[in-house]
Amino acid sequence: MTTVADAPDQTPSAGTGSTALDLILRFRALGLLLALAALIVITASVNPRFLGAQSIRDLLFAAAVTVLLAAGMTVVVLTRGIDLSVGSTLGLSAYLTATALSSGTPVPLALLVGIGAGAACGAVNGAIVHFGKVPPLVATLGTLYVFRGIVYFTAGGSRVNASDLPRGFLDFGSGAVLGVPYLFIISALVLAAVAVFLSDYRAGRDLYALGSNPEAARQTGLPAGRRLMTAYVLCGALAGLGGVLYAARFGTVDASAGYGMELNIVAAVVVGGVAIFGGSGTVLGAGLGALLLTVISNALPVLRIDQFWQQAIVGALILAAIALDRLVGLRAARALRRKASHVD
Amino acid sequence: MAVESDPPPPQPHPVIALTGVAKSFGAVRALVDAGLELHSGEAHALVGENGAGKSTLIKILAGLYRPDAGHIEMDGEAVAFTGAADALAAGIAVIYQEPALFGDLTVAENLFVGRQPRGRLGRIDRAEMRRRAAALFERLGVALDPDRPAKGLSIADQQLVEIAKAISLQARVLVMDEPTAALSGREVERLFGAVDALRRKGTAILFISHRLEEVHALCQRVTVMRDGRRVSTDPIEAVTTDELVRRMVGRDLSAMYPHRETEPGDVVLRVEGLSRTGLCRDIDFTVRAGEIVALAGLVGAGRTETVQAVFGIEARDAGRVSIDGRELRSGDPRAAMRAGVALVPEDRRQQGLLLDLSILRNATLTRRHRLSRLGFLTGGAERREAAEWTGRLHAKYGRLTDPVGTLSGGNQQKVVLAKWLATGPKLLIVDEPTRGIDIGTKAEVHRLLSDLAADGVAVLMVSSELPEVLGMADRVLVMREGRLVGELARPAATEEAFMRLASGQEHIGEVRS
Ligand SMILES: Nc1ncnc2c1ncn2[C@@H]1O[C@H](COP(=O)(O)OP(=O)(O)OP(=O)(O)O)[C@@H](O)[C@H]1O
Ligand SMILES: [Mg+2]
Repeated sequence: MTTVADAPDQTPSAGTGSTALDLILRFRALGLLLALAALIVITASVNPRFLGAQSIRDLLFAAAVTVLLAAGMTVVVLTRGIDLSVGSTLGLSAYLTATALSSGTPVPLALLVGIGAGAACGAVNGAIVHFGKVPPLVATLGTLYVFRGIVYFTAGGSRVNASDLPRGFLDFGSGAVLGVPYLFIISALVLAAVAVFLSDYRAGRDLYALGSNPEAARQTGLPAGRRLMTAYVLCGALAGLGGVLYAARFGTVDASAGYGMELNIVAAVVVGGVAIFGGSGTVLGAGLGALLLTVISNALPVLRIDQFWQQAIVGALILAAIALDRLVGLRAARALRRKASHVD
Repeated sequence: MAVESDPPPPQPHPVIALTGVAKSFGAVRALVDAGLELHSGEAHALVGENGAGKSTLIKILAGLYRPDAGHIEMDGEAVAFTGAADALAAGIAVIYQEPALFGDLTVAENLFVGRQPRGRLGRIDRAEMRRRAAALFERLGVALDPDRPAKGLSIADQQLVEIAKAISLQARVLVMDEPTAALSGREVERLFGAVDALRRKGTAILFISHRLEEVHALCQRVTVMRDGRRVSTDPIEAVTTDELVRRMVGRDLSAMYPHRETEPGDVVLRVEGLSRTGLCRDIDFTVRAGEIVALAGLVGAGRTETVQAVFGIEARDAGRVSIDGRELRSGDPRAAMRAGVALVPEDRRQQGLLLDLSILRNATLTRRHRLSRLGFLTGGAERREAAEWTGRLHAKYGRLTDPVGTLSGGNQQKVVLAKWLATGPKLLIVDEPTRGIDIGTKAEVHRLLSDLAADGVAVLMVSSELPEVLGMADRVLVMREGRLVGELARPAATEEAFMRLASGQEHIGEVRS
């Protein structure tokens, strides 16, 4: 029997209250956490050093950029889009930031250069998708090559060395508080901000609506163009910020920074339970997905498993995630149907 | 239901006026010279055949389409809408013919998308949103949980969400495109109550429906459209239903319920002890060749569930279904199709059509095997077939190769019918065959069904329209709460007898002849 909401004062959590959908989503986060925990426990039992402070720090360093980009990618995927150019965007931003810094630009300004370059890349993607009506997959596949080409053109085979960058910037890049790298803290904060934006702001909810049913969005008069631009610019800006973090962490930047990164990010998002056809998923899930993939790639060498298997495991995880979605979707649909059939 | 019509005070300007509106889609001239004036505090009906251009006109009103010619005035001032947002801002709320909800969002969010109540820091206030949704549903008497996702709602519930949404907009103009097509009598009554309250507060209402009784009950003025043109606008008392129909169709109508006396042949369908947990129980009946049997009952009585189990779309939990004495496997619609059963489903958009494919493909989808020669689809045969059936049903379209999604709602329904009729079935199951179909074609569909029966096809029909059931069926099987509670044969099948059975005031109503 369907009942009209009776307890309006249940503390509204960050999610949508206690709907079936919400439970499934939370359940998904739980599943990811369990997988993470299991992997860590197994790896640590083989080699206790895996849980050492240094090892964890390395892991969080590696995760910082992935998590950040996964958050951006989620925003785009929710609208039924995808951004394959994030790796190139990151490369462009990293190179521009490093060059700016090496020629004496103050750090805050260089930061703006990096993020700005990313946002500009995002705006290009958004414009091609919205105004050009080009499918996002094709549009961003194109810009993947274009942006990378721009980096190669400007870099021309040269690179920026760590010794050219200001000390403070590099110290920040390798610094940590209580064993947690600053870079990871930045990523986590950004992720939290994006999560709040997506769940609690009209513009964020509009992105879900757009991905869920574009035709209905048009009928409802949602500002589709503006929202799509927001999504792509946000994704680009986060990739730009990722480039800044990349430069801070490695110091040495050449034209190949972030090469081939995009598929890892898409994988993280899918494993994290964001529907590739838009409309559902959370950045929290995507962040956990990114963390899980990072842990896998760090744990396998410890477990002495071949590099080859890493790819296979990531592939299997993606398939498992999709299968799980199908299953949960079917179950939910059946449950809802049963529920609905008792109404009248 | 009757609504007292208090004559609206004379107004200098209509709230909204459209004049000389034209709109073409490629070669299809959807609107040629359409017009409409809506006044504050008045409910205005828009009627016309399928494809007359009603939905296109309101999409122009809603800012979704830009007219090729003509102008729109609000309060005497020219306006031009460039998107739904413009029209909404001008106070026009629209309930579209096909509900379009956001499946991934909750029902409450669907109601308030883009205008969610906000609390501190501009964040969405979910508790408030839920409260408003619940209040709205209470007012409309709808038992829906605001927190459930919209995915999986029945069409009726989807329609109710759309209605609640439009009403909550408190617009100056409320446009409703066949809002009642999927609703039960009780729900329609509640809707009319709410709409009439809005009208009394001064909202201008535009109401589109193929049910002319509803038009008479709700509206004060009526505009008839035919072939993209306005034919007439009159006060509702000034025109009779017959006159309206004549203007819509452009000719006199043949008999609405042509019934031929046929001698029923052998039993084609035999259903014994059919059960689906929670939906229907112990259903026994037969349908003979040449017979039209109606499965009737109130909405939610389990009629659709029963025919779906017969056809095998859903597995049955117990019981036997046999065609010509051979049992059908449970949950296997292909086997049913091979045995010569066809089912025209209730929800055409979700179950009956592939909206992006052409009319041709859709109309012949079920016949592919028979039409193919050497494994190829032979274009010529396919084309002839599709043209014949869509022609017999007076489907209105540009070219057979147009995507079905571009057809008017009623014409889509005709393509579904064509698709199944083309299979030449032994047993034809039709679920709400005339929902959303205009009155002229309705008579045509009825004639077609009785022709088929005369040719020896067994017809099993589910319909919520009582006159249709009583007018067409040789026998009426009445269902209530998932059980078969009685059977009425033709002379004994009257409205009172049906209502007594369907509402449970009498149990043993079997009158067999
Ligand atoms: N997007 C479109 N592309 C091409 N043709 C269209 C499109 N929309 C409508 N049409 C055509 O315009 C005509 C009018 O359609 P419309 O939907 O306005 O009819 P209607 O009066 O609402 O009919 P119904 O009662 O069946 O809903 C039809 O012939 C239809 O095929
Ligand atoms: Mg229509």
